[in-house]
Amino acid sequence: MVVGGGVAGVQAALDLTELGYYVYLVEKSAAVGGAMAQLDKTFPTNDCSL
Amino acid sequence: MVDQYNEGLAVTRPIHIDYPQAVPASYFIDPSACLHLKHGTCKICEPVCRSHAIDFSQQPVERDLHVGAVIMAPGFGKVPDEALAKYGYGKHPDVVTSIEFERLLNPSGPFKGEVRCISDKRHPHKIAFIQCVGSRDIGCDNGYCSSVCCMYAIKEAMVAKEHDPDCEITIFYMDMRTQGKDFDAARIRAEEQFGIKFVRARVADVMPWGKQLKLTYSTLAGGHHFEPFDMVVLSIGLDAPKSAGELAKIADFELNKYDFCKTGSFAPLQTTRPGVFVAGAFQGPKDIPESVTQSSAAAGIASAMIKLQRGAGVVHKAYPDEQAVAEEDEVRIGVFVCRCGINISGTVDVPAVVDSAGHMENVVFFSDSLYSCSQDAQEVIKDKIKKHRLNRIVMAACSPRTHEPLFQETLKDAGLNRSLFEMVNIRDQCSWVHANEPEEATNKSRDLVRMGVAKARLIRPLPEQTVPVTPQALIIGGGVAGLTAAENLANQGFQCHLVEKQEKLGGHALRTQETILGENTSAMLQELISRVEKHEKIEVLTGAELVAVNGFVGNFSSVVKTSRGKNENEVTIDHGVIIIATGGREHRPDLYLLGQAKKVVTQQELESQLAGKAKDRAPDSVVMIQCAGSRGEDLKYCSKICCNAAVKNALKIKEINPASQVIVLYRDMRTYGYAEDAYQLAREKGVVFIPYEVDRKPRVEKKGNRVNVNFFDPILQEDVSIAPELIALSVGIVPEDTDSLSKLLKIPVNENKFYLEAHVKLRPVELAVAGVYVCGLAHSPKPLDEIIVQAQAAAAKASMPLVKGYVAVEPIVSVIDKEMCIGCGICSSRCPSFAISMGGFTREQIGAQIKAFGEI
Ligand SMILES: Cc1cc2nc3c(=O)[nH]c(=O)nc-3n(C[C@H](O)[C@H](O)[C@H](O)COP(=O)(O)OP(=O)(O)OC[C@H]3O[C@@H](n4cnc5c(N)ncnc54)[C@H](O)[C@@H]3O)c2cc1C
Ligand code: SF4
Ligand code: SF4
Repeated sequence: MVVGGGVAGVQAALDLTELGYYVYLVEKSAAVGGAMAQLDKTFPTNDCSL
Repeated sequence: MVDQYNEGLAVTRPIHIDYPQAVPASYFIDPSACLHLKHGTCKICEPVCRSHAIDFSQQPVERDLHVGAVIMAPGFGKVPDEALAKYGYGKHPDVVTSIEFERLLNPSGPFKGEVRCISDKRHPHKIAFIQCVGSRDIGCDNGYCSSVCCMYAIKEAMVAKEHDPDCEITIFYMDMRTQGKDFDAARIRAEEQFGIKFVRARVADVMPWGKQLKLTYSTLAGGHHFEPFDMVVLSIGLDAPKSAGELAKIADFELNKYDFCKTGSFAPLQTTRPGVFVAGAFQGPKDIPESVTQSSAAAGIASAMIKLQRGAGVVHKAYPDEQAVAEEDEVRIGVFVCRCGINISGTVDVPAVVDSAGHMENVVFFSDSLYSCSQDAQEVIKDKIKKHRLNRIVMAACSPRTHEPLFQETLKDAGLNRSLFEMVNIRDQCSWVHANEPEEATNKSRDLVRMGVAKARLIRPLPEQTVPVTPQALIIGGGVAGLTAAENLANQGFQCHLVEKQEKLGGHALRTQETILGENTSAMLQELISRVEKHEKIEVLTGAELVAVNGFVGNFSSVVKTSRGKNENEVTIDHGVIIIATGGREHRPDLYLLGQAKKVVTQQELESQLAGKAKDRAPDSVVMIQCAGSRGEDLKYCSKICCNAAVKNALKIKEINPASQVIVLYRDMRTYGYAEDAYQLAREKGVVFIPYEVDRKPRVEKKGNRVNVNFFDPILQEDVSIAPELIALSVGIVPEDTDSLSKLLKIPVNENKFYLEAHVKLRPVELAVAGVYVCGLAHSPKPLDEIIVQAQAAAAKASMPLVKGYVAVEPIVSVIDKEMCIGCGICSSRCPSFAISMGGFTREQIGAQIKAFGEI
């Protein structure tokens, strides 16, 4: 089970599925993405965050 | 109601979706604004909704989940408003937080990407950034440094400058902490190319000044300064998440004194409760690349712990049968042009581009789309494929690097072979680079679409092939990184071969005694070495070197040469993946009389002295010089760890000899994260920190027996000369010979000779060659806890193909025209994927012939 669906939680959940596990991803708000979904562009590569 | 997603700078409706690409893409009713949920009235939406989607009888449900491991990733929270109030936040609308500023910069933000003052919607001409708001601030109990705000302030300032090149931007800071890989380069670019001003100062307050805001600040030289600005951005720190206490209670793990998750440097992702791990900003403030690395690492550790459960309950996604597309079939192309909100459509005339696509031969469907990457857009694409029997798709949108896999997945879902897809990048290559020439941008978009369509007419379905994997790993380097990676892979059940050049395992950590938090490094290292040596799944090869690598991901075959004295032996190892953990070493610059005067030593030498012969007698006076040879001299980059090392040694000296006078000459003290506490403590203990400017570096000279340090004191505003008992240089880290290995494996290194990752944010531990991963100092300088996490992440990523048992081979492959090939062998020697072999003339075969010739 992964608690929190920001970039960290989503990545952990994806990696666990790649490693062969069934994952529950628990997110408090209506959508995953966390703080990163609010950012315009992100360093260091400055591509869009969505 | 106020739009929380836009930080309250815009309004939205109680029933809404935060942003079009949200996952899941479902509208929701915000309970804090719904009249029915709050007051039991209204309910008007229920009968109005034509899809009958609204069901107020739904109640929250509690579910019991049986899980093998838990990963806590609740992120970070907001700094309390009180910490912002002293800068006028809440009183004056044009004082905004950095997150609000992100929204202002964003095309889907409140002013559609135009930066405007909140008060009267004018464009600000002068913007100030104030750093360390709510961090490094004991006043609000956040003594730590948030680690990311210096870098994001630079990013936001540069983006704002791109929007309005005439805007003047000043960043007020204490230390610019751009210690990450290649981050200093961004800082220099901000100053030199973008003309952003950096001022080392403390801001006292922000007051209204006519329509503007007046900043009062003091510099080191003393004296107060005033300057008016149109907008003030507060670089707010990352606070502990609001739910930290509650989560800790529910899951029974401990928090640290700042309410982030409590962990140690040697098991950075392990909470105090076995089976519960942590990743991301909740572990401590950090940026996206590091959060992503921690997540992979946590997934790997959890995976090793519950490996018996692997595969249980897993549902495999089913795809519809692939529709046969034969050569003689009619080509039916669908063209989708993405608006990317106003990211593309703000510059490019999207309808005109769509219209031009409509006139092209074989194009049977064409349309635009607001955000092609959103979930509902995928449904539209699938639907159009079916309805118009499309058998080629051209997508004009953003970068295929980030988005091509998503669209190819949609094609597969619609029963089309994923190769029948062509993507052109009209955002980066048209609307972004030609932001000020809309007509040219539109013409270029038309050209790119026309070219894409021309190519699409000729693309053919390609079969997806998979090849089996040898479930073993080769790890190069037996330092902390290599040892950790090997242990994790072995714990996941895979055979590892650990190759170490030296006779002994341990690498450079053998020379450190403890971490800045006082944890005993040497004991940890000895335990790690002994666990690895005893592990039945790890074969340790010391005095060993990699001499040849053949094959490709899943199927490598490597030759390792071991030597014991004069005895040399070569073994061939078959393995599926490679982890590079070759480490780094202390740089020895020819500066400040290092190597010429006995009184001048490096921080590492000082650390050894303080643990050894100087255990009871530390020098009475020490001057430390930071960035010796780093950040623009021999080394262009910041080595990230030497500020910590200096503070650690300074504290040790003060512990042994409290009367000792310790002076640290620095450019920026980069004790980011919790190391800031140690920096604070050092100052309390009387260690003196004095900044120097690059154009006024300290000088060290020999005068008889004495060694003098001369420097400019910015507080006294005069030159000072002292003759300390010892001078310690913070010299930085260089990678251990990456030249030969990068050639052997054909992987690129950056200009500083560290390995270049495949994508800094999306694939931080993978390299350009599939199946090869990197961790530790070979990637970039970093402290021990980050090395351990990165090694765990590399192990997790490397285990993925091993777990699957097969790898998919890229369907787009080249073939050699045997009629034309003259067998020169150049392509074989240059191919980074080792895809080409010279048949009857391999290196081994020719080598064997030559060796045999020399044998008599
Ligand atoms: C202004 C600003 C600009 C930034 N710019 C950059 C940048 O350009 N580049 C960069 O690399 N980094 C940047 N960062 C840092 C970046 O935002 C973080 O590194 C990253 O978002 C951390 O991800 P996370 O998943 O750990 O946390 P979050 O993004 O905070 O995600 C946590 C998630 O967990 C959910 N959650 C919380 N508690 C619970 C609970 N109890 N149960 C269930 N769910 C819960 C939350 O709703 C949220 O969705 C910036 C930060 C700020 C503040
Ligand atoms: S020094 Fe640290 S807390 Fe201050 S702005 Fe920079 S990263 Fe943030
Ligand atoms: S001393 Fe080292 S860590 Fe500190 S700023 Fe200089 S190079 Fe970076």
